Amino acid sequence: MLHLVLFLVFAAICVAGAVNLLVQKHPISSALSLVVVMASLAVEYLLLGAEFVAAVQVIVYAGAVMVLFVFVIMLLNAGEEETTKGSRVALVLGVPGALAGGLLVAWVLIRHSGDKAVSLGALPGYPKTIGWLLFHEFLLPFEVTSILILIAILGAVFLAAKPETPPAPTGRKG
Amino acid sequence: MSSLQVFILASVIKIVLVILILLTAVAYTVWLERKVVGHMQNRWGPSRVGPFGLLQPLADGIKFLVKEDLTPPHVYKPLFIAAPMIAVICALTSISVIPFGTAITVRGYSIPLQITDLNVGLLLILGITSVGVYGVALAGWSSNSKYSLLGGLRASAQMVSYEICLGLSLVGVLIVSGSFSLREIVESQSGHFWGFIPKWNIFYGCQFVAFFVYLMAAYAETNRIPFDLPEAETELVAGYHTEYSAMKFAMFFMAEYANMITVACLATLLFLGGWSGPVFGPPLLQVILPTFWFVAKIFVFLFIYIWVRGTLPRFRYDQLMAFGWKFLFPLAIANLVITALVVAYRS
Amino acid sequence: MVPISYYLILSGILFACGVIGFLIKRNIITIFMSIELMLNGVNLSFVAFAAQWGHLSGQIFVFFVMVVAAAETAVGLAIIIAVFRTRETLNVDQVNLLKL
Repeated sequence: MLHLVLFLVFAAICVAGAVNLLVQKHPISSALSLVVVMASLAVEYLLLGAEFVAAVQVIVYAGAVMVLFVFVIMLLNAGEEETTKGSRVALVLGVPGALAGGLLVAWVLIRHSGDKAVSLGALPGYPKTIGWLLFHEFLLPFEVTSILILIAILGAVFLAAKPETPPAPTGRKG
Repeated sequence: MSSLQVFILASVIKIVLVILILLTAVAYTVWLERKVVGHMQNRWGPSRVGPFGLLQPLADGIKFLVKEDLTPPHVYKPLFIAAPMIAVICALTSISVIPFGTAITVRGYSIPLQITDLNVGLLLILGITSVGVYGVALAGWSSNSKYSLLGGLRASAQMVSYEICLGLSLVGVLIVSGSFSLREIVESQSGHFWGFIPKWNIFYGCQFVAFFVYLMAAYAETNRIPFDLPEAETELVAGYHTEYSAMKFAMFFMAEYANMITVACLATLLFLGGWSGPVFGPPLLQVILPTFWFVAKIFVFLFIYIWVRGTLPRFRYDQLMAFGWKFLFPLAIANLVITALVVAYRS
Repeated sequence: MVPISYYLILSGILFACGVIGFLIKRNIITIFMSIELMLNGVNLSFVAFAAQWGHLSGQIFVFFVMVVAAAETAVGLAIIIAVFRTRETLNVDQVNLLKL
């Protein structure tokens, strides 16, 4: 009972944040609604017992990735969005289409779900067990992600660096 | 009373007590800083309001409450009001996993002196520190002023860079202690070796390099001298809290000092053995002494913080970032690798 | 006891909101944020299935998805900054010619 109440409360916060992201005109409000979504998702992970994943969600996603988004919005001084013809067409066609897709998925899920239910903290994801798995069964993907991050760092630094300007002519002749 | 009712009642009492004590500690840390820096600069510090200036925090509190709360025009109002709240909430929430001593027994119920003991307590503190960056960044941006924006961007970039060094320095402690739970880390440091030297992580666990990296990263995270460029008075006016007045400024102030106290608590728990210290005497004294040693160690850290503030000049911004990325970060990784090798060799 | 389908429906709603955001928004940063929302929805379904079948590999996969999302965010935002420097606009409708 408590599990259901907690799940519904944080699911409502999640969906409210996601809808707010779509509705807001200023990107900073969308970014902060996304932070709210990520924080409530961290609680949902805790309800399923994944404590390490929940902590990493807060540290990495809400605390680093979204900070990067907020930085870029602040740096580029992004203003409010304008509605163009393209966006009105996308609104009329896209929203019902995606909603229809979502409703179809939900209907299929409810039809074929059976009675599988999970209890509070169903699969405890202790850091020790996850660490063991990461370094034994999933060692190769772990090392490959480290190379991936290195490539991403190199790419980001190169792409975002200011283009080198040639030195200005000094105006003196010979 | 059922154990659930006892748990809820004890938790509520603990929360209220901890918040009251923390806010008083913040106020008197400000007093301590002004006194110590004053004496270092060969002057008295606050000495008029009450004996030794001890009522100065009260006077400051009244000043902040009755001062006019200006909101400049053209600020982005919701974020302008929310940013100091985010800073204070994050600063106060990290105290919830910090253990202050051993468990006390009241009428047969054993109550641990900690609001909650999470399995991933250390990760929670790291996560809350990461979210605390939003308070600074949004304050700088929503103030609609060049100086605030630059100060906010600089402060957030500094905090994000030094968070990495902070986290890496803590991984060495984790390898030695084997758990994320703060109570278990402290309990793994009990006992002595070679007769009288306590088995603290800084001695027996050989984490002195990690301790140094942690201290530097903590100074940078809390925006204190020598890393306080984003809010220095001689630089960008006052950085990200230029446009704030009265209670909102007091909230930023409180958040900074509460962060200082949290960082000092973490340093004692992880490196100096928490509440371990000589315990003697009657049972009442035996219950109070561990918490007394804990508070004494925190006081030593706060004194070092204030001492460094009174002594060192501040870094320039590029020197600050170079120090974090080019010196502390490789040092923390080297400490991690060596600790892992030593622990693997020993076991 | 919460049925697994509730978690999956929540994950589906988040994914659908991400798709809608991707289609209707014109600011490139908001489009990027909708992609992150889709990734978060998928992460939730991974953890839900891990709890249902009792396999921790679901949670490990979430870990890898987060790492990939972080790397992609870094590179994507760098590209956005580079595009903004040349085109001086963040509206995708105006970035429709290869010629500047």
